[in-house]
Parts: sequence; C-alpha cells; structure tokens
Amino acid sequence: MEYSNLKRQATSMKQNLFDQGYLDEQFYQLEELQDDVSPNFVEEVVSLFFKDSSRLMANIEQALENNPRDFNKLDSYMQQFKGSSSSIGASKLKSECIQFHEKCGEENIEGCTRSFQKVKREHGILKKKLEAYFQLMRQVGPGDRATCSSN
Amino acid sequence: MPADNASSLTTRAEAFPYGLRVLVVDDDPTWLKILEKMLKKCSYEVTTCGLATVALHLLRERKDKFDIVISDVNMPDMDGFKLLEHVGLEMDLPVIMMSVDGETSRVMKGVQHGACDYLLKPVRMKELRNIWQHVYRKKIHEVKEIESHDSNEDIQILRSRYEDFDERHGLFSGVDSVRKRKDVDSKELTDQEYGDSSAVKKARVVWTVDLHQKFVDAVNQIGFDKVGPKKILDLMNVPGLTRENVASHLQKYRLYLSRLQKQNDVLTPSRNVQSEFCPKDLPVGIGFQSSISAPQNSVGSRYVCTTQKIQAQGIFSDIQVDDLKSIASFQATDTKNPLRSDVTDPPKINSVSQLGVLVSFMPNVDYKPLEQAVSKQQPLSSSIPVMQVMQYPKNNIENGGLLQGFSSSSQPNQEHKLLDHLHTAPPLISMSCNTTEREKVDISNTKPVFTEHRNNHTRTTSPITCTIDSVSVHVGHGIVNSQTFTAPREPSGSPRKGAFYFDQTSNCGLRSPSQELNLKNGAELVSFPEDLQLYSLQGYGYLENVGLNGMEIFEYNDSTSEFHSNFYDEVEFDIRQLCDATDYPPLDGCLFT
Repeated sequence: MEYSNLKRQATSMKQNLFDQGYLDEQFYQLEELQDDVSPNFVEEVVSLFFKDSSRLMANIEQALENNPRDFNKLDSYMQQFKGSSSSIGASKLKSECIQFHEKCGEENIEGCTRSFQKVKREHGILKKKLEAYFQLMRQVGPGDRATCSSN
Repeated sequence: MPADNASSLTTRAEAFPYGLRVLVVDDDPTWLKILEKMLKKCSYEVTTCGLATVALHLLRERKDKFDIVISDVNMPDMDGFKLLEHVGLEMDLPVIMMSVDGETSRVMKGVQHGACDYLLKPVRMKELRNIWQHVYRKKIHEVKEIESHDSNEDIQILRSRYEDFDERHGLFSGVDSVRKRKDVDSKELTDQEYGDSSAVKKARVVWTVDLHQKFVDAVNQIGFDKVGPKKILDLMNVPGLTRENVASHLQKYRLYLSRLQKQNDVLTPSRNVQSEFCPKDLPVGIGFQSSISAPQNSVGSRYVCTTQKIQAQGIFSDIQVDDLKSIASFQATDTKNPLRSDVTDPPKINSVSQLGVLVSFMPNVDYKPLEQAVSKQQPLSSSIPVMQVMQYPKNNIENGGLLQGFSSSSQPNQEHKLLDHLHTAPPLISMSCNTTEREKVDISNTKPVFTEHRNNHTRTTSPITCTIDSVSVHVGHGIVNSQTFTAPREPSGSPRKGAFYFDQTSNCGLRSPSQELNLKNGAELVSFPEDLQLYSLQGYGYLENVGLNGMEIFEYNDSTSEFHSNFYDEVEFDIRQLCDATDYPPLDGCLFT
C-alpha cells in the first residue's frame, strides 16, 4: 500500500517536471537505458550531469568575471553546458542556454550576466527537484522502477 | 529515416553489427556515459574517450581496433572536425559527428570534412543502432567480403538508405557552388555522386597508400587543372576501381587540399597568390605527387606526411618563385665572384650550416643544442650568408629576373647590400629557434657532413651551400609547422619541372652536399626516397630543396629509432604547429620584400 503510494507520488512528481517544462523526452530515453546491469542508471547520469555542469558553470562565471568581452569563449562554454543539459533532457535549462547564446551574439554583457543568473537559478531548481525525485525513487525500490519509468 | 527497415536489417545481419567496435569521443562525461550505455545496448563494443587528442592517439596506436568513430564537434582540446580529418585520412574509418548545434553550416562542415553522418544531440538509440551501416557500406567493397552474408540482398536494403546519403551529397554539391568551384570536373563529380544511387558504386574503396599514390600520380600526370575522375581512373588502371570511387576520393582530396590551403592562407596572409585549388600552379601539383611518393617508403610516418604536405607546399610554391630568383643570382656570384671568400670565412660558415641543419630537423630536436648553435652564430655574424640569400632576390628583381638577372647581376652591388642587411639576420635566426622546439637530433652527425662537402668543393661554394641551408631551414619551418615531415616529398615531383632555372655550375655545388648527406645518413634509412629527390634537387635548383633533403634525411634517421613513437605521442602538435607556422610569414616578408 505504502509502496504504491510512494510510487504514485514519484510518478506524479516526474509528471510535474515534464508538465512544467523542466524535462523533456530525453529523460525517458535515459529511463529506457536503465536495466539490470545498471539499475540506477538514470540517477547516475543525472548526478554526473550536476557534477559536470557545476564545473561548467564555474567556468562561465569565471569567464564572465575575468574577460566578459570574450563572447566567443562564453558562447563556447555555454554551448558545452547546453550540450550537457540536453543529455538528461533538462529542457528549461537548455532554453536558458539559448537565451544566453543570443545575448552573446548581441555582445550584450549585461544580458549575458542576467541570463547566466537565470541559468544558475534553473540549474539549482532542477537539481533540487531531481534530488527529491530520486530520493523518492530510492524508497520505491528497484523492483518497481520499471513500471514507474514506463510512465 | 526508415526505422523499421533498420531494425529488420539488424536482425538479419545480426552476426555482423554485433560487436562493432565503436570509439566515442566527447568531452562531456554525461554524454559519454549515456552513449556508452546506448551502444552497449546495441551490443557494440564501446571505448570512450574524453579528449580528442587521446582519441587520436588511441586510434593511431591501435589502428585496426575500431570500426567506427563517433565524435562530438565541440571539444576543448581539439576541434572535432580536425579529429575527423585525421581519422578520415589516416585510418580511413567512418566517422559520425554529433553536436547540439544543428545549424546547417555546421552540419555541412561536418560532411565536408568527411563525416559519414551527423547526429544531433540528444542522440537517440535507434540512430546509434543504425551506425553499423557505415561500416558495412565500406566493408562490402573491401576485398574481403563478409562471408556469412547474403550481401546482394543486403545491398538492396542498403540502397534505400542511400537516399539519405544522397541528400547529403546534394548538400554537398550545394557547398561546391557556394565555394565557387566552377571547374567542370567537380561538377561532373557531384553530378555523378548525386545521380548514382547504386550501392555498389557508392562504396568506399580502401585507399591504401599504393592506391593513393597511383591516384596522385594520375592527378599529376593529367595536371591538376584538368583532372577528372574518368581520366584518373583510366590512368590508374586498377581493376575493380570505379569512377565513382575515384570521384569521391578526388573530392576528398580536393577538400583536404583546400582546407590546408586555407589554413595556409591564414598563416601567410600576405601571400594570397595561390587560390584555393590553384590548379594552374604547377608546383602545387608536384608537391602533391611527391608528398605521396614518400609515404610509400616510410610506412610508419606516411599518414602524417600526407597531412602535412600541402601546407608546406603552399608555402613552398610561393617561395620557390622568389627563391628561384635568388638562386640565379646566387650562382652568378658563386661562379664568377672571387669576392666571396672575403665575405665569408669558414668558421662562420660552419655555424650557419649548423643552424640550417638544426632547424630543418623536425619535431624531435633538442631545444638546447639549437640555441647554442644559434647563439654561436650571432656573435660570429655569420648571418652574412643568410643575408646573401635574402639579398639576392632584390637584386634580381632589379635586374629583371631569373637567369638574366644573375648573369648580369652586379656583384659589387650585391656585396654592399649584403652588408647593409646584416642586421636583419638576427630575426631570422631567432625565428628558427622557435620552430625547432623540442627536437632531438645529432648535431654531430650533421656537422661533419657539411664540413665534408665543403672540402669537396671550393671554399666559395660552401658558404653558399650553407646559406642555402639556412634559407631552406626557414622553408622547412613552414613544413614543420604544418605538421611534420612532409618536406621530403616536394623534391621528388620536381624533376619534371624545374631544371630550367638552374645553372650547371651551381648544380654540382648544390647537389653534392645533399648527396653526401644522403649517403651518410641515408644508410640507416629504411628506404631511399631521397634518391629521387637528389635529381629533383638538381632539377629544381631551388634553395629549399637542399634544406629539404637534409630535413628528410634526418627525419628518416629519426624514424628508425624513436621517431615513430614520438610522432604519435605528440598529438598536440597540430595545434602548436599552427601557432608556429605564424613564424613563417614575417620571415618570408623579410626575405623577399
């Protein structure tokens, strides 16, 4: 009873993430990849993403501080970030990246900085949400994940 | 994209795609993990790699250990396109590019560089499941057929895939027109590719070194401006090779050349003489030919050679023109000018030659010895010989040209100018230092050679040769920079051209040193491509050739010992070389303007 309750919670949580535009179908792709060999695959990937994206963000932050006029560099950093975001289907984050890219194109430092703050915020929000989700999933247990991930 | 078809194919040819060895290159660890998982789910054997340079190293080290490469476009250490280019030319493996960036221009660039596919991130598993087709396409037409397959049937199925492929070729022809390559051949070529959807014809041939050599020979024989796939095919006369094969190879070849040329243009902005394909420029053609002839001889280094050759060439052909003149004047002084001895004295000469030698050595040289040599040289003001070379072109120009120039060249004038220009020499020298970073060479080896040949000839000649060396060194630069050891190739093509400008007397002077070099150093060589170049040297009469010969020799020497290994180890070379190459133009400028 409790299990199914937890499961339902997790499912709806995930559904919310989709509905609110945080995630896109790439996330399902990841779930499909999860199997007996790597039962925690999605979570592993997601935590890897957050680890690496934090590094990328630090890069961008530094670049913004040190040489904000080097838009090429900023853009290429953000491109990396965007590519990374696409890996877990973090669609909101991705669209913020695109905003940033545009500001870069305009050579708008202020815009870039503002846009980057948004990216950072979205990154933080997503991280929290996904952490909560995976915590729930851990409680649900491996056996039930398949059903859960089949949406 | 006919996904159903794909899955049915997969089942049918289960034995084959199973275990496909895939190398994935991406700087993004998250994607690397995902791709690895996906590919494993496809029952492929996956190797992942976070750095392009490492990937290249892996590929070179384990040449036949991969079937296909999937690479990200944006990587910090090396542009994915660059990697693609290397892999395409060196390993002839199919490469799939991927990127979040789906801009048409990016995709086009990927295709231009020879990507067999371009995937957009997020990459889907069904796309990855399907990648074996690129390997298979290639395999079908390799001599060794895959036995357990009903290939005909598979080809049929594959054919439908080609629509996809054709589209890309369509793009490609679009690119052509964008680039304003209006020569008939390329059109013919693209038409062909486009209109011909037969799987058989579309297949990739394994372009072995020999085959490529034949190809290049044919290209050169026809003349670069007149080449067409059909002509090449006829000339090559290789059974089983189709016009289509040749066409696509030609295309690849051209793109490759043009890219290098572009790079070169960037590096030497003042010398735009050569347009991209520059078909009318004979030296270029020659360069090609030679560039490939060498690879045959040096098995290990061949690929690298091919890569570099062209850049070097571009520079060369430029220089040759100038040098041509300089030589002419040179000889004049040589044969008729007793004054020479005054200007140069043996010790100076020595150091000069040293410099020359050192510089012409390629990547493996010790920095320190070089520096020593250089420093030695400067105090001695041995820059004189160098200056001579620099000087002459001017004289010649004034005198109105090549042979006439030298015959009429007023020696007193030259001398004065030499002196005048003495102070310009140091920059030259310092430049060479830059280039030769971390090379490892026997100075001892080289020195004797030079001294010897000096003995063989009159005193006067030796300074001259030395000067030549130093000049060629600089030329060598370009080559080194462009990436390594290609230099040698140039000369081999030259016999055809050339000889006109050359003067008999100087011939001896020039040739014999190089011969000696050859004999001495060449003894340990695996092969003697230099022999060819000797003649060419004679024929060419360009200053660079001497340097080139020297350079080549050393390369080969090295290659017998630790060269090969180093070679591949130093992947970052390209990058650095690019930077180094910038050294060249200024030098050029100070020489000939």
